[in-house]
Amino acid sequence: MRAMFYSLIAALLVGACATEPEKPAATAPVTEAGKPGGATTEPVKPVPPVARVEPSKPGGSPFAALKDPSNILSKRTVYFDFDKFEVKDEYRPLVEAHAKFLRENRSAKMLVQGNADDRGSREYNVGLGQRRSDSVKKMLILLGAREDQIEAVSLGEEKPACSEHSEECWAKNRRDDMLYNGEY
Amino acid sequence: MIRLIATAVLLWVGVAHAQLAIEITGAGAQRIPIAVVPFAGESALPPGISTIVRADLERSGLFRGLELPPIVPEPTESSNINYSEWRARLADALLVGSAQARPDGRYEVRFRLHDVVKQQALGGIAYTLGKDQARATAHRIADFVYEKLSGEKGVFSTRIAYVVKRGNRYELQIADYDGANAETALASFEPIISPVWSPDGKRLAYVSFENKKPVVYIHSLMDGKRHVVANFKGSNSAPAWTPDGTRLAVVLSREGGSQLFMINADGSGVRRLASSSAIDTEPRFSPDGQSIYFTSDRGGTPQIYRMPAGGGEPQRVTFEGSYNVSPRISPDGKTLAYISRNGGKFQVALLDLANRQVQILTDSDRDESPSFSPNGRMILLATVIGERGVLSAVSADGRVKQRLSAAAGDVREPTWGPFTD
Repeated sequence: MRAMFYSLIAALLVGACATEPEKPAATAPVTEAGKPGGATTEPVKPVPPVARVEPSKPGGSPFAALKDPSNILSKRTVYFDFDKFEVKDEYRPLVEAHAKFLRENRSAKMLVQGNADDRGSREYNVGLGQRRSDSVKKMLILLGAREDQIEAVSLGEEKPACSEHSEECWAKNRRDDMLYNGEY
Repeated sequence: MIRLIATAVLLWVGVAHAQLAIEITGAGAQRIPIAVVPFAGESALPPGISTIVRADLERSGLFRGLELPPIVPEPTESSNINYSEWRARLADALLVGSAQARPDGRYEVRFRLHDVVKQQALGGIAYTLGKDQARATAHRIADFVYEKLSGEKGVFSTRIAYVVKRGNRYELQIADYDGANAETALASFEPIISPVWSPDGKRLAYVSFENKKPVVYIHSLMDGKRHVVANFKGSNSAPAWTPDGTRLAVVLSREGGSQLFMINADGSGVRRLASSSAIDTEPRFSPDGQSIYFTSDRGGTPQIYRMPAGGGEPQRVTFEGSYNVSPRISPDGKTLAYISRNGGKFQVALLDLANRQVQILTDSDRDESPSFSPNGRMILLATVIGERGVLSAVSADGRVKQRLSAAAGDVREPTWGPFTD
């Protein structure tokens, strides 16, 4: 939440800087959203360099497990069927692993981003994506994560993983992505 | 008065870039034949006042510009008009005028409109303007002609907003109604959706994803300043202005789901408007401010509902088909435009609220975001042609269709601005 607040401030400051005073008042200035300095330009920020630490070793950062390809925690995506919002059985172990991680690491925060395929209204698709992110959030909480550790949001159809107009692509876009603090 | 207009116009004119090109693909059945005579001396103001006026009038679908032979001497606003000659050229109306350079470097443009059938002058105006205001002045003249001959206000001086996506870059742009003079109000590497004009035409509310989630902003167009209206935990989207421009309906997920809330334009005073276990979204106020139309899937499929603006029992408005979304009420409050899915095609539908008749207005198949012109005559929309987003416009009677496309990039989320005078 605080990171969000700062990036918001940054965006506003940059917006103010983008004014071009030497131009006559004819043209309204272009506001640059989340440009340099803002934490918002890059889709995923690299986590601090702790990757060399063995996640299982005592004293190692538990967050390293999130980046370890051999660990289930490195998997972050839950896919949904068409017009469906409940977590399918095949993704239960994944959600359970993340719930356990959140339970054991109370400082960890997660952003669940729900997505929809691109058919139909953009705003209704924001609603469909929200239903998907709410669904994973609810499951995480039932499995012991705390409400204040998770924010469920929707990106609607705006951030497709696949951009073709086909059933194969749409299936890849009906998904939730789970991001930890520092990754968004 | 003249100076006032010219000054107001100055503020609108910016550097033209990423211009949208317009293509007309249909025409009204009964168009008024009008002779728009090239204005004497207009070559100093390219592409010429009469060229822009004629293009405006033809684009409305209500007029047909006549092809004219060279006429010597060229008639102007001060000429005596031989009406029977113009009748013989099949003109019902005649527009004549002139453009003259002034010693101070500015120009004086004058015009006179004639009703050839009734053999009388319908009036004229003189404008003083800088060279860069020629286009705006021509739009004003077209508005005058349109209103005198159709009885309705013209929309040629209004503006539109839309989003252009080029690669990973999103730009919220403002342009004249015909796509000219496009300016970028906001550039971002994250999506921008759902722009809506404030009723006074000075601000836009929109949803930006620059914080990795949807947040509602209000952006002042004169100074480029903006502020957050809604950034609660969860998603914040689908802003809609009240007709008095003081408050917005928004969709928030902060209490779970996607639900309707009211909030003041400064971001204060949030309160829940309705409560359901469904997705309630895409609110729009009726022009009298008494009702809110919105999309909800409370009945199992997304349909359009109406409820009192203060909250209350919603009533279902659309019944045909299993997917009816994006309600937009006409400026007179009598018809509802929305997107309807028909056999896999998403098209613009128009519902007459009095007799419940539904008419499909478009023949495209991926239409989104319909938006009425402020006189209710046209509907602007986004569609996809050859995997590229383009803007399109259709007359409310479905007869006239136009396409506006940018040279590069996807254009989407159009919204037609209000009258501003």
